[in-house]
Amino acid sequence: MEIRSMHFVSRVRQRLDDTELQRNLQRTRGRNAAARLASLSSLDDFDAVRARATDIRASVLRDLDVWLERFEAEATRRGATVLWARDGDEACRLVIDIARRHDVKTVVKAKSMVSEEAGLNAALEAAGIRPVETDLGEYILQINDNEPPSHIIMPVIHKSKEQVSELFARVHGTAAKTDIVELTREAREKLRPEFLGAEMGISGGNFLIAETGSVAIVTNEGNGRMCTTMPRVHVALTGIEKVIPTLDDLATLLRILPRSATGQAISNYVSLLTGPKHEGDADGPEHMYFVLVDGGRADLIGGDFEPMLRCIRCGACMNHCPVYQTIGGHSYGWVYPGPMGSVLTPLYQGLEKAKDLPQAATLCNQCGVVCPVSIPLPDLMRKLREKQVDAGLRPWSERLSMRLWAWVAQRPALYARGVRLAVRYLRWLADGRDRIQAMGVAPGWTAERDFPAPAAQSFRDRYAARRRAGR
Amino acid sequence: MSQPPHGSRGEVGLFVTCLVDLMRPSIGFAALKLIEAAGYTPVVPDTQTCCGQPGHNAGDARSARALAQKLIAEFEGFPCVVAPSGSCAGMIRTHYPHLFDDDDAWRIRAEALAAKTFELTQFLADVAGVTEVPGDFVGAVTYHDSCAGLRELGVKRQPRALLDRMPGVEQRPLNECEECCGFGGLFSVKYPDISGAIAQRKCDNIRASGAGTVALGDLGCMMNIEGRLRRIGDEGTQVIHIAELLAGRLDPD
Repeated sequence: MEIRSMHFVSRVRQRLDDTELQRNLQRTRGRNAAARLASLSSLDDFDAVRARATDIRASVLRDLDVWLERFEAEATRRGATVLWARDGDEACRLVIDIARRHDVKTVVKAKSMVSEEAGLNAALEAAGIRPVETDLGEYILQINDNEPPSHIIMPVIHKSKEQVSELFARVHGTAAKTDIVELTREAREKLRPEFLGAEMGISGGNFLIAETGSVAIVTNEGNGRMCTTMPRVHVALTGIEKVIPTLDDLATLLRILPRSATGQAISNYVSLLTGPKHEGDADGPEHMYFVLVDGGRADLIGGDFEPMLRCIRCGACMNHCPVYQTIGGHSYGWVYPGPMGSVLTPLYQGLEKAKDLPQAATLCNQCGVVCPVSIPLPDLMRKLREKQVDAGLRPWSERLSMRLWAWVAQRPALYARGVRLAVRYLRWLADGRDRIQAMGVAPGWTAERDFPAPAAQSFRDRYAARRRAGR
Repeated sequence: MSQPPHGSRGEVGLFVTCLVDLMRPSIGFAALKLIEAAGYTPVVPDTQTCCGQPGHNAGDARSARALAQKLIAEFEGFPCVVAPSGSCAGMIRTHYPHLFDDDDAWRIRAEALAAKTFELTQFLADVAGVTEVPGDFVGAVTYHDSCAGLRELGVKRQPRALLDRMPGVEQRPLNECEECCGFGGLFSVKYPDISGAIAQRKCDNIRASGAGTVALGDLGCMMNIEGRLRRIGDEGTQVIHIAELLAGRLDPD
């Protein structure tokens, strides 16, 4: 997917001014957070499960190569083919090769964020292969002129049912419906023949289990199961970091993933797919492939940002982010929005292409607190800010003012004089009032709120005067 | 329990914070009064300036380390250090040690200081065990939990417990009280429209609480919330630092 994060500020402005989007964001705000909180009560000891989940993900990353080799060996032993892609483009080429080899005309797709990274749908279309998104949200976006998702697990959270109703009526040529059940039925009627007719299904993968060579898929709609069992060919496309050692580890992670994501104790479907159809199996694909994508992941191993690879894509960070919930997912300009996206986008796409993302965060740490695998997201954003400074990507005025501030603050006598000067300047700006309404040094502040006038004398001066007076 | 005699419980280093020093000295004097009333002798090192948080959050690690070293040297001699700010106390307590991951000598000093540094209400409730509060405010008050105090230091119950000691205060719940107010330091200046939209939501919740007064523990959030309220024409809702509320009337100069 082409990155647009460099236009963050203007994209945000558009979305703040979009009253319909703002209404939709307001309506869903806090809903997932509340559901998550309610679902945690059914865990005996959330902190212990979280610590275990964190440990599973952290330890697998320490020996990622070993676990990937184990996964490849086990998957191959069970009849699947494991292919490796250095980046999204290579992943697209591999998938297209597979499709051509098996004479595929139509592909049904279950949700896969890695396919968004790779821009797979566009590549398939260019190769004359028709991709059909079958996750309801992704289907809605696809028929809306390939709109990108705005959330990693609820891709159309930015739309109202009225907007979907209008879209369905326009694209399907049917009478407008407002009942969600009816709208869903309409989508199902459109998708059912696609499941039956497609020669190939593509899924993502929530986890790759090394000991069995299986892929685990966590879904709510059942489309994932259709995509992976009905067509002749199944391709599971996911990132190399998704591997975990054992089925026991899967059990732990499944206790925390749906709860963190949607507040469900367990999702409607958990599919565990191991190899193609074997003799005697009632169903399943004749051919099973894994396309495992690096796409910048391997470079993070062993460095400051390795903890980011623990991410299990639950979306809890964005569901709790005051910024995400105010500006919506499209503002971020690439595949992954919210706090996890603000860390991943500059790492995968280049610091210079996403300069705003690590900066546009209040560092409130709601994301860090709710992350089921304890990723210190605000710390990683701070580290990215450091990298920006080191790479000369921050404005010189900002770098200079930080240095100057620290230089003066290390010299108490000079600092005290600076404070006195600042008090006088701010009080001059306030001009006898208790507040300042326009301020040249920080126009951003007074664009949105008043700035209070400081007291006539700083704490240090008043305190010193009191001490002199013997009080 | 009656309060112990003044000064009998030892010295406490008060880190006033740069923002309180510059903008609202009364918060610093309120903190002095509360620490004294709890039986301690507050000491204000006169060379203190800034904890280094602006540099830390702006990616200027060198500046952050330089100011951290200065503050550590100024305050490590005290048995206890208090700041009327969850964000500055959080900087010292949770971030200082990591600034020196590659420097054992400084990391050990940073860890030692971190272990004895407290946000004001945390100090009063958990360390001093204060049961009497001098403030005499009368009215309905709601409380906004500032992010760093809440999530870095676990300040939640302490300010409310202290407000419970004030018979005139009627505490009202605040919807989304743990949500960020949109301040975020320089974020508020760099991304004013996002910050303003988040602050607006906070103000709407505060006004809906029906309290008329919102108390909080950080001057940054306070300036953001008060500034937004005034900008939207709300002259009535009072925004007050928890230190000022608890301390009540201060001696005139």
